[in-house]
Amino acid sequence: MTEKLTMANALNRALRDALRADDTVMVFGEDVGPLGGVFRITDGLTAEFGDQRCFDTPLAESGILGMAIGMAMNGLRPVVEMQFDAFAYPAFEQLVSHAAKMRNRTRGKVGVPLVIRVPYAGGVGGVEHHCDSSEAYYAHTPGLHVVAPATPEDAYGLLRRAIESPDPVVFLEPKKLYFSRAEADLSKPVPPIGRAVVRREGTDATLIAYGPAVPVALEAAEAAAQEGRSLQVVDLRSIVPFDDETVCAAVRSTGRAVVIAEAAGFASVSSEVVARVTERCFHSLAAPIRRVTGFDIPYPPPKLEHVQLPSVDRVLDVVDELQWEYA
Amino acid sequence: MTRDAAHLLPSAEPVTLIDPDGHPVPQVGHSMPDPQALVRAYAALITARRFNDQANALVRQGRLAVYPSSHGQEACQVACVQVLGDGDWLFPTYRDTAAIVTRGVDPVQALTLLRGDWHSGYDPLQTRVAPQATPLATHLLHAVGVAHAARLRGEDTVVMAVCGDGATSEGDFHEALNFAAVFRTPVVFLVQNNEYAISVPLARQTAAPSLAHKGIGYGVKGERVDGNDVAALLRVLGDAVDRARAGEGPQLVEAHTYRVQAHTNADDPGRYRSEDEVAPWLGRDPLVRLEAYLGITKLINETDRSRFVEHAEALAARMREGLGEEPVADYRELFAYVYAEPTPQLREQQSMVADEMAREGTA
Repeated sequence: MTEKLTMANALNRALRDALRADDTVMVFGEDVGPLGGVFRITDGLTAEFGDQRCFDTPLAESGILGMAIGMAMNGLRPVVEMQFDAFAYPAFEQLVSHAAKMRNRTRGKVGVPLVIRVPYAGGVGGVEHHCDSSEAYYAHTPGLHVVAPATPEDAYGLLRRAIESPDPVVFLEPKKLYFSRAEADLSKPVPPIGRAVVRREGTDATLIAYGPAVPVALEAAEAAAQEGRSLQVVDLRSIVPFDDETVCAAVRSTGRAVVIAEAAGFASVSSEVVARVTERCFHSLAAPIRRVTGFDIPYPPPKLEHVQLPSVDRVLDVVDELQWEYA
Repeated sequence: MTRDAAHLLPSAEPVTLIDPDGHPVPQVGHSMPDPQALVRAYAALITARRFNDQANALVRQGRLAVYPSSHGQEACQVACVQVLGDGDWLFPTYRDTAAIVTRGVDPVQALTLLRGDWHSGYDPLQTRVAPQATPLATHLLHAVGVAHAARLRGEDTVVMAVCGDGATSEGDFHEALNFAAVFRTPVVFLVQNNEYAISVPLARQTAAPSLAHKGIGYGVKGERVDGNDVAALLRVLGDAVDRARAGEGPQLVEAHTYRVQAHTNADDPGRYRSEDEVAPWLGRDPLVRLEAYLGITKLINETDRSRFVEHAEALAARMREGLGEEPVADYRELFAYVYAEPTPQLREQQSMVADEMAREGTA
């Protein structure tokens, strides 16, 4: 049964359903209680589940995540909110040195089933420290799962899966997509974390995107279709684990690929995608895999963020350069 | 809003119940622990000292990669464990291996990290001992989380979270105290102030009157205790544990002690402190002090002492035996414990290593 809802609605529904389904699930962070979070993702949860299940903490990100690790060690399933991407950095040591490594350190005896929700990336006119794309930091850390939904349906399903996961999951919520509305069937079974999906079929080239770049890719494919070029769009959904199978099958089917990501391109997830696909699909490629990414600069102020963000035009320009003269 | 802060302040001097010569020191508000507890602590002190000596010897023999000794701090090591119940948790640092052994963890498993065959050698859920933390103060927050979860689940678990003086400068120390206080979490924070963070003395670590004074800023009661007096430690830590269990929230205990040996075997303390500074501390040895008290009060006899020494020797023999064997390191473990289910990429990497080993005939 489908319904039209925003990603924010879907995330709220996922938290609510998880809290109902499992009384070890706890939601906490800054302003997630009566306020419902600055993006209202936790709206109404304290009222329904009480202030032991959804509560505000002191303002300290390392504290929030460090406490969550301990709670996870002792049988609970914390879901913490980091409010904004760049505000999560004080918690980085806890994430990298402890959440990611606890299972490994203890030879599998102690897992930390927790979810770190991070409203991330730009395109919302946010000022400094509110628009970082931090996925590469997390993806580079063995022991963490990293996911980024691009639709309300995926947001719901992936968050439910993340909360059920026995391992820590960094759940990146594209702020730009919070209030975009789409038809969604929340009762649909969701594949496990680690599966990419082909969002649009196409035969000439494959656009690979995730999170906030997915709508850009779809729009570019739509525009290209008007010009007679058939572009396929793959949505990664999960950065770690990475779905080599789906991505490589897609690239092999078209022989050309462009990776689109909002984050700075240097040493990034987009570079990883290019490397992996090149290693596996070199003989199917008719052109070098290209990228459209953010520049290697600190995220710009709101008046200039349009320069940084991958645009449909920039994607189409790069698609045009995919050496179409070679079969 | 202002609240009366006086009750949060530590005593002007560290609480002492037995002086360095073994004589009892009457203290208002702090009674002597019962004799059985002191005898038990004495046996544990002998074992902890023997453990430190044996571990140091194993480093010299190349059997351990590194050992941060707690020689001279054994009273803290013993007392922080002895005040806990079976269901309680201990959160130790890398210097607290003697405490882990006091908790009953097999000494060879306790030394797995320092031998270098795995990052932790015991099961934290079974032993209720968290993995030893190397980053400073980060584990104090895990302690708060474990205690908070226990409370939410209706259990009366108390968590003993141990750190050193250097850790009190870290942000996570402050966040842990603050969170514990705000949520009234049953955690006892024990700072073993041994005067040095590797080479940096306490005066470079803090300008506070004492580390126990740091509690007041968070609404946490601070207490100072003589860290070489096991009787005082048992009393102060035991009372803190009782209060935490009764729902009165966390407490911060600063134990004044001294690291009489080097930071680790890789350290040269001669570069940052003089022998003159160390010498007086040797006269305040926790083991000698309790032994004197028990002799004066006739709580033990030579037979008891021999029994305790024998037990400590058996433990040392177990260490020599266990660490004399080369550990069996299985490369598959490298890939097995990264996630509950290895990713396709990890499976691929594991088979690559398997192929390499098969080719080299080392599988």
